[in-house]
Amino acid sequence: MSARAVQTPATVAGPVTQARVVRAEWTKLRALRSTWWCGLSAIVLIVGLGAAIAEGGAPYKVTAVNTAAAGISDSLLGLFVAQLVLGVVGVLAFSGEYGTGMIRATLAVVPSRLPVLWAKLIVLAALVLPVTLLCAVADFFTAAALESARGGSVLLLTEPGVLRTVVGSSLYLTVVVVIGLALGGLFRKTAAGLVVFTAVFFVVPIVVGALPHSIQGFAAYLPSNAGGALWGNPLTTGNQLSPWTGFAVLCGYAVVLIAAAAWRLRRHDA
Amino acid sequence: MIEIDGLTKRYGDKAAVDGLSFVVEPGVVTGFLGPNGAGKSTTMRLIAGLDRPTSGTVRVNGKHYSHAAAPMAELGILLDARSVHPGLSARNNLLALARTAGIGRRRVDEVIELAGLAEVAGTRAGGFSLGMGQRLGVAAALLGQPRTVVLDEPVNGLDPDGVRWIRLLLKSLADEGRTVFVSSHLMSEMAQTATRLVVLGRGRLISETSVEEFTSHATAAGVLVRTPETARLGQVLAASGVTVINDGTDVIRVSGATAEQIGAAAWQAHLPVYELTPAHASLEEAFMQVTRDSIEYHAGATR
Repeated sequence: MSARAVQTPATVAGPVTQARVVRAEWTKLRALRSTWWCGLSAIVLIVGLGAAIAEGGAPYKVTAVNTAAAGISDSLLGLFVAQLVLGVVGVLAFSGEYGTGMIRATLAVVPSRLPVLWAKLIVLAALVLPVTLLCAVADFFTAAALESARGGSVLLLTEPGVLRTVVGSSLYLTVVVVIGLALGGLFRKTAAGLVVFTAVFFVVPIVVGALPHSIQGFAAYLPSNAGGALWGNPLTTGNQLSPWTGFAVLCGYAVVLIAAAAWRLRRHDA
Repeated sequence: MIEIDGLTKRYGDKAAVDGLSFVVEPGVVTGFLGPNGAGKSTTMRLIAGLDRPTSGTVRVNGKHYSHAAAPMAELGILLDARSVHPGLSARNNLLALARTAGIGRRRVDEVIELAGLAEVAGTRAGGFSLGMGQRLGVAAALLGQPRTVVLDEPVNGLDPDGVRWIRLLLKSLADEGRTVFVSSHLMSEMAQTATRLVVLGRGRLISETSVEEFTSHATAAGVLVRTPETARLGQVLAASGVTVINDGTDVIRVSGATAEQIGAAAWQAHLPVYELTPAHASLEEAFMQVTRDSIEYHAGATR
């Protein structure tokens, strides 16, 4: 060591706080082109497909069986594709950092690690919830206007289950993006995360639909079916959970997967 | 200050770092030398807390780095592998890191300027050359004005201008009282920049010393003597317990005697000497000598 006294050098860096890490994650998400492309396609898929569905087919007449809520769920069918896009956004938000190596820079400045996961979760949810809610509301008004113009029933937000369907579709997509994020953090590889996400949300529910009814009992508990109960369109038809029970089950999956992603982030080498 | 104590990291059966203990002091540049696969990069990842040690501890400025309240004030690190997002501009890559410590745009622009990236700050980092990526990595390491700076092969891919920049930068950081720990496989580079040396081989500490000491401790390379009477001079010198190796037709390599002693001996024996060259062991040679046994992959030795 040199003989001269070494004083503490100047620094500009302050302590890490959760709010600061949230801001950092927002800086990344906002600056990535893929975020804007995915957001734009989700809007087109939900609102655009909704309009196309309302415009096609016979004008929708509300009856005891065909409720107003069911009509709105049908106009929201674009969700089945939009959820894939949002799943990609979620998975990439984490696996993208592992793929590019940026995760090493990220974790080197936040060595306690977990704030990074919470920040990604907060930023994604805070972006997806309002955007998809706006999409669902826009979808509702577009579908309602088109139906009444074509001589169908007047669909109102105040009718039973309609508001739940509209808001529920947005809640569903928000939890989907969170599950995507968890899978990205758990698998760290984009391809693996996407394969598992697509299998769980798309392939398995369709395959299960082809099984004999006697062994289909668990189908209602698959994430996309449980969540589908809230906005009225589970991918596997048949038995379904009540709307909020279904949503609670979906949230349960999200919590377990996020916990697993947190464990992996804390325990394993970056 | 970096304090490493009994550090071991195993990947499966293989120990990348094995019972390593050393201290890197502030105020001087400390070089980290070792052949490829010696465990330098692993050690640096362990310092930054990116990998978890199998056993042993690492302290950065007296604390476990993962417990640091203001990590960017404690440690700035450039890792060997790329750690930037190719889809983000240089500025946004830096800004995303800066935000975690409440560092503003002004400081980000300052390090962009410092690293010579002003002209490409707005372009996506994915298109950067190795040298520019390296400059971006160094900029990221300096962002928080950390007390300890760790750089893995910073001159890799840099042009001569960049190499000079790094050299001056390291010295000025050390002069500010920061701890500077730099790995390199270029011994000549270390000889010009570093004051202290930590030498690693096969994951084990080989030497922790000053550059001066390291060079002088290595066995002297001897004295080259050009004479038409190689055989007779060889006999004269060998008689006094000196080792003589016949290198070529009229050159002998003498070790164990100084140039003065050899000259005097030749004069007494009436033997002509055309050339008398003391060969100083360079840092490079000293390094090769010290790590010879620990080089994991001898060129051409495998297969």
